[in-house]
Amino acid sequence: MAVVENALRDAHGHLSGADLAKPLEYQDPNQSVRILGFWLFLATDMLLFGCLFATYLVLRTHTDGGPTARELFDIPGFTAETFILLTSSFTGGLATLAMRNRNRKQVLAWLTVTILLGLSFVGLEVQEFYKDVLEGATMQRSAFLSAFFTLVGTHGSHVSLGIVWMFSILLQVAKRGLTQVTARKVFIVNLYWHFLDVVWVFIFTVVYLFGVVM
Amino acid sequence: MPESLRQFADTYLMWQEGPMIWISDVLILLTSVGIVATLTYFKKWKWLWREWLTTVDHKKIGIMYLIAALLMMFRGGADGLLMRTQLAAPGMHFLDAEHYDQIFTTHGTIMILFMAMPFIFALFNIVVPLQIGARDVAFPYLNAISFWLFFFGALLFNISFVFGGSPDAGWTSYPPLSELGFDNGPGENFYLLALQISGIGSIATGINFLVTILKMRAPGMTLMKTPLFTWSVLSACIMIIFAFPALTVALALLMLDRIVGTHFFTILQGGNPMMFINLFWIWGHPEVYIVVVPAFGVFSEVVATFARKETFGYTSMVAALLSISVISYFVWAHHFFTMGAGADVNTFFAVATMAVGIPTGVKVFNWLFTMYRGRIRMSLPMLWTIAFVPCFVIGGATGVMLAVAPADYQYHNSYFLIAHFHQVLIGGVVFGMLAGMYYWWPKMFGFKLDERLGRWAFWFFNIGFYVCFMPQYALGFMGMQRRMYTYPADMGWGTLNFVSTIGAYLMGIGFIFIVAQVLYSIKHGERDLTGDPWDGRTLEWSLPSPVPHYNFAVIPTVTDRDMWWVLKEEGRTEELRPKKEDIQPIHMPKNSGRPFLMGVAFFVAGLGFVFNWYVLAVLGLLGVVVTLLRRSFEYDDEYYIQPEEIEHVESALGRL
Repeated sequence: MAVVENALRDAHGHLSGADLAKPLEYQDPNQSVRILGFWLFLATDMLLFGCLFATYLVLRTHTDGGPTARELFDIPGFTAETFILLTSSFTGGLATLAMRNRNRKQVLAWLTVTILLGLSFVGLEVQEFYKDVLEGATMQRSAFLSAFFTLVGTHGSHVSLGIVWMFSILLQVAKRGLTQVTARKVFIVNLYWHFLDVVWVFIFTVVYLFGVVM
Repeated sequence: MPESLRQFADTYLMWQEGPMIWISDVLILLTSVGIVATLTYFKKWKWLWREWLTTVDHKKIGIMYLIAALLMMFRGGADGLLMRTQLAAPGMHFLDAEHYDQIFTTHGTIMILFMAMPFIFALFNIVVPLQIGARDVAFPYLNAISFWLFFFGALLFNISFVFGGSPDAGWTSYPPLSELGFDNGPGENFYLLALQISGIGSIATGINFLVTILKMRAPGMTLMKTPLFTWSVLSACIMIIFAFPALTVALALLMLDRIVGTHFFTILQGGNPMMFINLFWIWGHPEVYIVVVPAFGVFSEVVATFARKETFGYTSMVAALLSISVISYFVWAHHFFTMGAGADVNTFFAVATMAVGIPTGVKVFNWLFTMYRGRIRMSLPMLWTIAFVPCFVIGGATGVMLAVAPADYQYHNSYFLIAHFHQVLIGGVVFGMLAGMYYWWPKMFGFKLDERLGRWAFWFFNIGFYVCFMPQYALGFMGMQRRMYTYPADMGWGTLNFVSTIGAYLMGIGFIFIVAQVLYSIKHGERDLTGDPWDGRTLEWSLPSPVPHYNFAVIPTVTDRDMWWVLKEEGRTEELRPKKEDIQPIHMPKNSGRPFLMGVAFFVAGLGFVFNWYVLAVLGLLGVVVTLLRRSFEYDDEYYIQPEEIEHVESALGRL
């Protein structure tokens, strides 16, 4: 441990300069510290979702005579959402790869694809929610639905925020090219995006699959 | 027009509530006018904005946290005195039941979240970078955001008193009591939003300091050479990161229940109030360790310095801190042993609760062994530390009594519990934070606080403490329950309650002495010209007081745990003085007004949600998004301090 953090400073206590052996986003110690900070943020976000999952699991059978998970969930719909989001995580990964290969055009292209896939995911989710509400399955109907909409909706709003954020970073890469700073930003926004993907895998399993099976 | 005006005054200004609110309104108005007039008269607006509101300097942020914490201690203390006055005699009608509910709610919430939390954050900010040989925290801009979120959260909470009405469902805010159906005033919304906003700031502080401690230590300072206060901050930050998201979720879900009409915790339509209680205490129990663990860090520093000995059992101290931060997650259900979880669950949580006593005991014995055969100096920080030991031992013992699940059915929600948690939280956190404040005060401000007035404060506060809380253990056994606003004379609780109230007022006098001490010392306090007034052991004492804004002109290389002490012993202190040839330009973050503006935006959004004024809420949230985006597009946010300027400052301080 000590070696890592001391490597950040030279004999005069200054943060040492770029280490070209590392990936672009980690070369400047200032940027790599920010990446660590973001990992810790993701830990807090993971716990946030953990609490929402716990609440959902406690309340999933509390339907109060209203629609149950099995009646509600539309298998083609959530399967499509899953494929789209998983693909977007892959294209986001390709953007990171292109960033490490210093290919700005590819970064911009893959970020655009990721954003478009993200938008279609959100679109499908809004459509799903809209359909549920039309059938009378609102979040006020029962504790189960409150928990369902809150858990899935929190993920959806994270994705929406991610889209705005990714777009702002796309603009920055377009304007400034790939520097150590923009590289860190591309890396972090993709970290966030992958994290949302991981959360979705749990939502897919715990909410949707359990919901239609059990 | 006058009719609508009157309606506004009745609804929001609570004009019908009577003289207490009127007096508060007038006082608040006068204070605000006074502040504005003073700032204008002395032409200090620009200074306020440039030096304080936009600062990203961890030392200034720490000072602002400290001021806020002391102000909140006053507010929370005034609430406490109002409660004790109401309970002084049987059948009192000084306050009515509704007001009493509001006052115990704000007392608890303020003391934990808006007094203890900023107090520990004050010390985090002031001490940690200096102790580890860093120029700043890892994320200075985020640090400023954390402060302003705390500040505006606290402001939102406090204005509820005169604008719309205070929360009244207890500091734990249990549903269904706090659901819209039973509590439809805006008070509960104030509680939920204020805690939510300041909670976001706390999570950011946890992340910030964890990264700072892991990544910013001076060369040579391995983790096992890191000072114990810094270790305690590390432990507290781990708990913050793991605990606060649960609070965020609990508050958000209750907010949804109240605003959107969901059914997480309602009795009808499948809601389950126990879910809130679990989520709340998954945060709430670690929270009490979050505030007490930094106090443990303070005691470790103070004992070593004032006994002039190396801390006994450094490694076991570190192990104890880390085990506390882990065990803190396995005890939350001891807050509701009586809610029918069953014997197996209760047994697990009872045993885990008692287990916390082990590392805590290790720490207390280590402090005692450090003092043993030390050349102890009874300065103020040491005085508070020594007072802490018996206080915490009694509090710990009654805690173990409460942890016996079957016996807890007797004590639950009684004054025995009240006495216990005040004993550990005042004896642990308040004593610890005051010790830390006295200890690092010269480092912050360049002068010592007056000893004589400080001793008066100490004795009033300490004697007052025992007079106030010891009777409450007995009252608990005699059947008096918490949150009762009055009681009949034939219960036989009158005498003990009266004694308890006297104790509370003695503590109040103690606080007044602290205020007097600060005011007196600003002018007459002993100036600290050496930078090392206590003959300290760690790196912060190698710097001048107050510390220049870049902290270290040259970052030291660390070889020992008590680096500064070893250098002094060996006559090598010159090594930590900057040499002209070593001085290089220093990279510093630029000040920014955006963290402050983001706090304002959160405040506006919070106010909007409190009163369901959604236009305001949306405007506030837009403000948050805009400040976030502006930051994302900001590149030119750092500058260099040139060597000439550093040389100039250092030679003015006589260090070059």
